[in-house]
Amino acid sequence: MSQVMYELLLQSLWETLVMTGASGLISLAAGLPLGLALVATDRGGIAPNPWVNSVLGAVINAFRSVPFIILLVALIPLTRLIVGTSIGTWAAIVPLSIGATPYYARIAEVSLREVDRGLIEAARAMGGNRWTIIREVLVPEALPGIVAGFTVTLVTLIGASAMAGAIGAGGLGDLAIRYGYQRFETSVMIAVVIVLIILVCGIQWVGDRLVKRLDHRI
Amino acid sequence: MNSHVSVSGGTGAIITDARQDDDVVRLENVKRHFGETPALDGVSLTVRKGEILGIIGRSGAGKSTLIRCLNGLERPESGSIFVEGRQITGLDERELQPFRRRIGMIFQHFNLLSAKTVEENVALPLKIEGRPKAERLNRARELLELVGLSDKAKAYPSSLSGGQKQRVGIARALAARPALLLSDEATSALDPETTRSILALLKDINQKLGLTILLITHEMEVVRSIGDRVAVIDAGKIVEEGPVWSVFADPQTDITKSLLAGIRPQLPAHIVSLLSSEPTGEAVLGVDLAGAAAQGTLLADLPGPFRLVHGGVDHVQNQAVARLYLAVPAIAVAQFVSFLEARSARVEVLGYVTSHV
Repeated sequence: MSQVMYELLLQSLWETLVMTGASGLISLAAGLPLGLALVATDRGGIAPNPWVNSVLGAVINAFRSVPFIILLVALIPLTRLIVGTSIGTWAAIVPLSIGATPYYARIAEVSLREVDRGLIEAARAMGGNRWTIIREVLVPEALPGIVAGFTVTLVTLIGASAMAGAIGAGGLGDLAIRYGYQRFETSVMIAVVIVLIILVCGIQWVGDRLVKRLDHRI
Repeated sequence: MNSHVSVSGGTGAIITDARQDDDVVRLENVKRHFGETPALDGVSLTVRKGEILGIIGRSGAGKSTLIRCLNGLERPESGSIFVEGRQITGLDERELQPFRRRIGMIFQHFNLLSAKTVEENVALPLKIEGRPKAERLNRARELLELVGLSDKAKAYPSSLSGGQKQRVGIARALAARPALLLSDEATSALDPETTRSILALLKDINQKLGLTILLITHEMEVVRSIGDRVAVIDAGKIVEEGPVWSVFADPQTDITKSLLAGIRPQLPAHIVSLLSSEPTGEAVLGVDLAGAAAQGTLLADLPGPFRLVHGGVDHVQNQAVARLYLAVPAIAVAQFVSFLEARSARVEVLGYVTSHV
C-alpha cells in the first residue's frame, strides 16, 4: 500500500471519527432527554401524560423506520439549512444525528424503565420532586445501561457513517467502496476492515470498562 | 377500647386542633377504594408522640394503602389526615413535599440507591432539603455511628448484608430529623436474628430520641417485641386497638386471635381431636391471665387436683400474660371456673376428655 493510500486511510479514519463522535454526542444529548420523557410520561411514570407519550412514541418510531440511506437524501434541505452545504463530513453529521437520536432514545428508555420503582417511591417519600427523582435516582441508577447503550450507538454510527459516502462525506466506508471495491485494490479493503475492527473493539472495550466501574448493583 | 380515637370525626374542616397537641398523625374516617374493593373503609387512627404503634393485618388488609396515605403517596377519597396538626388531604404534590420530609420511611426491600455510597444514601434527604454538603456529611456520619455502621460510610449498598442495608435505611430515614418513622414491613425480608437486632435498634431510637414509630407488619412477633400499642386492620377497617399487652391477653376478634395463634400457646391438635362435648372424665379449660393475676399463686390455690396440659407465661411490655390449658375433673368444672374468674382470669371450657391425654 502506497504512501498516498496510507495518508488517505488516515484522513478517512479522521473523518469517520469526526462523524461518529459528533453525531454520537448529539444523539446522547438529545436521546437521553427523549428517553426520560418516554419513561416519565408513561402510565405510572413520574409525570404521566398519555397524549404526549403516544405522540412522542409515534414520532420516534417513524424516524426509526426510515432506512438511513433515504434519511440521508430526504434530509438534504435541512442539512443545507443548518450546515450551509449538503456535501461533506460535517453535512453527514445532521442525518447521522437525526437517525441515531431516536435509536438511542429507545435504548435509554429501556435502561431507565428498569430502575426499581421502590427507589422512586423512596425518593418521593423523602419529599423529592420530579427533578430530584431524575437527577438522584433515574439517571444515576440507569447509568450503566445508559453508557452501555451509548457504546452500542457509537458502533452502529460507525456502520451508518459508511453510507454517508453517498453525499461525499468521506470516511472509512467511502474509502473502502471507492478504492477497495470499485478499483479492485484489495489491500485497501483489507486495511479498512482491519482499522474498523480495531476501532469497534476499542470503543467496546472502553465502554465495557466504564460500565464496570459505574455499576455498583451487584 | 377505641376510647382514644377522636370522636370529632365529622369536623374534618378544622385545620389545627389544640387538644390534639400530642398527636403526630391523626386519621379521621379515611376511605380509599381500588375499583370495587375498599382498601381503607373508614379508618380513624391516632399516632401519639413518642409511641411505637404497630398496625397488623394479613396481606391485602389495607396496611400498605394506609401507610402510603400517611405520607401522601396515596390520596384518600374521603376523610382527613392530619400531620402534626395540619391537614394534608387536598394538598397538591408540591405542597406535600415539605410534609413528607417530616416523615421518614423504611422499606421491606430497603430501597437504597445502588449508585450512591452508604453515606451519600444517608445524606440524600438533606440534599433534597437543600442543605450544604458539609452539614449533610456530618449528619450522615453521626447517624451511621448511631446505627453502628461508621466503617461502611464509603461502601456501596451491594456489599452490605440485609441487616446492614436496613440499618442504612434507618439512618437515611432519620437524616432529616423526622417527627415520625414509618416502617413498612421493615423486617419481613430479614432472618430472625437480624430481625431482632433491627427491632432492638428501633426500640433504642424510640427511647433515646423519643421518636414516634409506626410499624406496619403481618408478624405479631414484631409488635409483641417493641410495640406500645397495636391496631389490627382487616378488610380496610381497624377492628381492634389497644395497648399491646392487653390485646395479647384478651384478643376480641377472630382475626386478632388468628394473628396471635403463631406466638401464643395453642392446645395441641392431637388433644383437640379428642375433645367431646359429653361432660364426663376431665374438662379441658383454656385460661387467660394478665398482669398481677398471671404472676400470683393461682395454681397452688386451685380448689382441687388438676393437670397442666399445655401453656405458659409470656411477658409483653413488662406485663405477664399467661395462657394455660388445665384438665380438671368434669364434676368440679363449675367450682374451678368460679374460682378462676374470681381471680380475674378469662376461662373457657373447651371440651371434655375421657381419659388422661
